[in-house]
Amino acid sequence: MLFAAAIQIYGWRGVVVFKDLFQKKRKYATIPSERLGTAGQPQEGERPKREIPEGLMNKCAKCGTIQYSKELEKNLKVCQECGHHMRLNAIERISMTLDETGFEEFDADMISVDPLQFPGYAAKLEQQKMKSGLHDAVITGHGSILGQPVVVAVMSFDFFTGSMGSVVGEKITRAIEFATDKRLPLIIFSTSGGARMQESILSLMQMAKTSAALSRFNELGGLYISVITDPTTGGVSASFATLGDINIAEPGAVFGFAGRIVIEQTIRQKLPDDFQTAEFNLAHGQLDMVIHRKDMRSMLGKLLEMHSVKGGF
Amino acid sequence: MSGELPFEMPLAEMRKKIEELKQFGQEKGIDFTDEIARLEERYSRLEEEIYTSISPSQKMHLARHQQRPTSLDLIQLVFTDFIELHGDRLYGDDLAIVGGLAKLDGIPVTVVGQQRGKDTKDNIARFFGSPHPEGFRKALRLMQQANKFKRPIITFIDTKGAYPGNTAEERGQSEAIARNLREMSSLGVPVVCVVIGEGGSGGALAMAVGNRVLMLEHAIYSAISPNGAASILWKDASKADQAAEAMKITAKDLLEMEVIEEIIPEPKGGAHRNYEETAAAIQSALISQLKELSVMDACELKEDRYRKFRKIGEFDFAKAEKTEQEDIIL
Repeated sequence: MLFAAAIQIYGWRGVVVFKDLFQKKRKYATIPSERLGTAGQPQEGERPKREIPEGLMNKCAKCGTIQYSKELEKNLKVCQECGHHMRLNAIERISMTLDETGFEEFDADMISVDPLQFPGYAAKLEQQKMKSGLHDAVITGHGSILGQPVVVAVMSFDFFTGSMGSVVGEKITRAIEFATDKRLPLIIFSTSGGARMQESILSLMQMAKTSAALSRFNELGGLYISVITDPTTGGVSASFATLGDINIAEPGAVFGFAGRIVIEQTIRQKLPDDFQTAEFNLAHGQLDMVIHRKDMRSMLGKLLEMHSVKGGF
Repeated sequence: MSGELPFEMPLAEMRKKIEELKQFGQEKGIDFTDEIARLEERYSRLEEEIYTSISPSQKMHLARHQQRPTSLDLIQLVFTDFIELHGDRLYGDDLAIVGGLAKLDGIPVTVVGQQRGKDTKDNIARFFGSPHPEGFRKALRLMQQANKFKRPIITFIDTKGAYPGNTAEERGQSEAIARNLREMSSLGVPVVCVVIGEGGSGGALAMAVGNRVLMLEHAIYSAISPNGAASILWKDASKADQAAEAMKITAKDLLEMEVIEEIIPEPKGGAHRNYEETAAAIQSALISQLKELSVMDACELKEDRYRKFRKIGEFDFAKAEKTEQEDIIL
């Protein structure tokens, strides 16, 4: 049975066992170039023109440098040439960030329904599941970072552009409530295109639901670190992603409420290239820091440690 | 009558015919009483037919009607002694948000609303009712002031959404909305929100985390404007009508989904036909909702608000043995 077997995922730091989670094919190796968009694996019959074995090489979407996928993975999917931070899915992020000692996933089998009977939604959900190997756009659970216990929620842009519907809102809320209950610190890694419009108002209400849960967590003195990754926009940006006690972003991550195109249409001006990047947000006081991927784990560990003595829970 | 929407045109034409006939009769001294009576009867039947089956997209046009009462129009009629307060104490005074002190049925309350302009000049000053971060921060300042003085809070929602501009982004549009969501959920006073026109996305929600959320009969409320949804889904913003039908944006839809608690009836043909009648209906709904909430203390009010939003969302489990949705109430 698909969800019965424990499947091993080979991450950068070694082996992490995920229960009831991933299909075997998501073995975390084939990363098509960003050129193919976020479409995951190339579709059948759409073979790359050059005779390079699939997934062996990878081209940086920013500087165009071609590099070995294996090398790139060793480098945490950061371009060796220009430092561009490529997008990670939730599985990659967890294996890169959490300790090997284990990760217990919450609500692994929670799935979206089609509450509004929205045209095309049910089929799109199926397609997204096949494409990403995930059940929805977030994985939540608890584990540790450098020995510090922590509850995490990790969003995945490769499922429905990380859009927030009922499942994303519910899983994140449950994770916050678990952290509140167990007096554990919380880290949410955000990446999202915004609301899942196929769930319309129910999707919007997840912003209030997650923020209300964070309010309780906050009042009880819980530490919440928000890690903003590329891209984080719309309803996620305007709810839990900005509510961290400490807000951290990865270099170059796009982070903002309204989309660039919408803004350009409103003000009828071209926006600067760095608009809404992590660095732009840091300069405008919206972030505490911009941290390179290779330093993220140690920074998170340090922050957790500093709050473990006093303050925090 | 003026400002008819396309779906109301048959009514407008018949009304014109009746008026013409009356005038013609008077001029020529002919008695058309019977004909006029017959036409009037047909008119009221047609009226009934049209106004009892208003489609979601027609409601969208009613909600955006240029003559629809704005927050300020309604504040003047629903409350007495309105004293407007200004500014967020951080950056500026966003005119897309109005707010201040007022009395509802003799009781001091704080009222905050999103304010569209009444004409082009007014609209430019008020950014067409789309708030900047300073607007949301002004609203929050007034709500926290109400919390301090134990005044109930009434909010009026009427916006296409938060202002999508570079200056808004630079000053933290996301942060301003998110902070309102978090802080509103922890207010220890009754919060009643009324969607009076268009409830557009996060900009609307940033002032709508209430114990009770009410909607005027023809108001709409959605995660993304039907125009926006159409341009994303079908790459064609002109299919907004089609999107409006699919998105479940009407008061009736939201009541069924338990996102709102009450629908406030509008005068026949919409709120713009009769401001006083609209305001009276809002006033009585507010009074009865506040009466119900007045028995709760600060903790209970917070708990009540938490539960309201906590239960929203529909999902399932992939496994064979389906678990019921268990709300972890702490």
